[in-house]
Amino acid sequence: MHGYANPARFLKVARPLTAWFGWGGALLIAVGMIAGLFLTPPDYLQGESVRIMYVHVPAAWLGMGGWTGIAIASLMQLVWRHPLSGVAARAIAVPGALFTALCLITGSIWGRPTWGTWWEWDGRMTSMLVLLFLYFGYVALANASEEKGSVSRVTAIFGLVGAINIPIINRSVVWWNSLHQGPSITLKGSTIDSSILWPLGLTTLGFSLLFGAIVLMRMRASLAEIRVEARLKRMAEA
Amino acid sequence: MKAKHQRLTLGIIALIAIIGAGLLAMSALKDQAAYFYSPSDAKKAGVPTGQAIRLGGMVTGGSIVHEPDGVTIRFVVHDNSESVPVRFKGIVPDLFKENSGVVAEGSFAADGTFVADNILAKHDERYMPPQLEGEMHKTGKVE
Repeated sequence: MHGYANPARFLKVARPLTAWFGWGGALLIAVGMIAGLFLTPPDYLQGESVRIMYVHVPAAWLGMGGWTGIAIASLMQLVWRHPLSGVAARAIAVPGALFTALCLITGSIWGRPTWGTWWEWDGRMTSMLVLLFLYFGYVALANASEEKGSVSRVTAIFGLVGAINIPIINRSVVWWNSLHQGPSITLKGSTIDSSILWPLGLTTLGFSLLFGAIVLMRMRASLAEIRVEARLKRMAEA
Repeated sequence: MKAKHQRLTLGIIALIAIIGAGLLAMSALKDQAAYFYSPSDAKKAGVPTGQAIRLGGMVTGGSIVHEPDGVTIRFVVHDNSESVPVRFKGIVPDLFKENSGVVAEGSFAADGTFVADNILAKHDERYMPPQLEGEMHKTGKVE
């Protein structure tokens, strides 16, 4: 990993990877969405509203995956002092918050016709809302950091501590009686019929690639900002 | 090198402490954080008459009865070991049906009937196209 501590080497890989992730993700999302909206059958109970799942599930996965990434980057920053870890964590925070919000919004829209309510304070929904607030706190702390383009140690510690919410979100429907249904896709298989399930894989992979592209773009922008600052400083001194 | 190992040890200890604290808090929250009582939970906890709670479980097959006034229904909620009769006046969600999950908000009346003032349908984790609907979803599992 320390081979990529050198920003020049990182940028050499990140530049083409951004394009591959971005276009690959867009293509997969497009195919998955067309399939999910027009090719799959409706659910026997939910009817057409089952199709919200093709956005809701990837959004939930990326909201939680995003914070897992922040936690790993925070650990790398605190222990190994990897110079790019702060830049990466900072780049993940905003898209992570966006997908968490998207998950909450799509869930609410699905909940109204299915459950008969826009919002209920059950374990899954509450812990997911807490995740959104954690993201807001992280972004605020990152913006308050003195480090240019990176984040302060306090921010990294917050990123690590906040990770405790991730297993809670994951287990919330198992530990507690909740309105949200239990996990459909487990190691033992899926309780979603394969005729409904297959576009979900496409959109999940597609949104994940898009997320990766956004993070790489944001990291490159941060690194460029650091270089501009450094150059301006040198020019001022000259 | 030494400083790095020190930070790693410190980091691991901190992580274990955080996870430990989280698990402790979760086990303490176990009862409070539950979104609803199952009929067994309600019996075990001895929920007093008139206290507002949520009752969740499966709607017993064939138990939905419409009262003559047209807006009141009666049905039975069960969790495979206990069952509670429920009375509700109002409009139920589309997905409210027999052998399906339900969460009722309300309180117990003196005669042991649960008087609901709001009904939510609980969807389970099974998704399938309409032509497959048959015996598959009638297993009546309570989550």
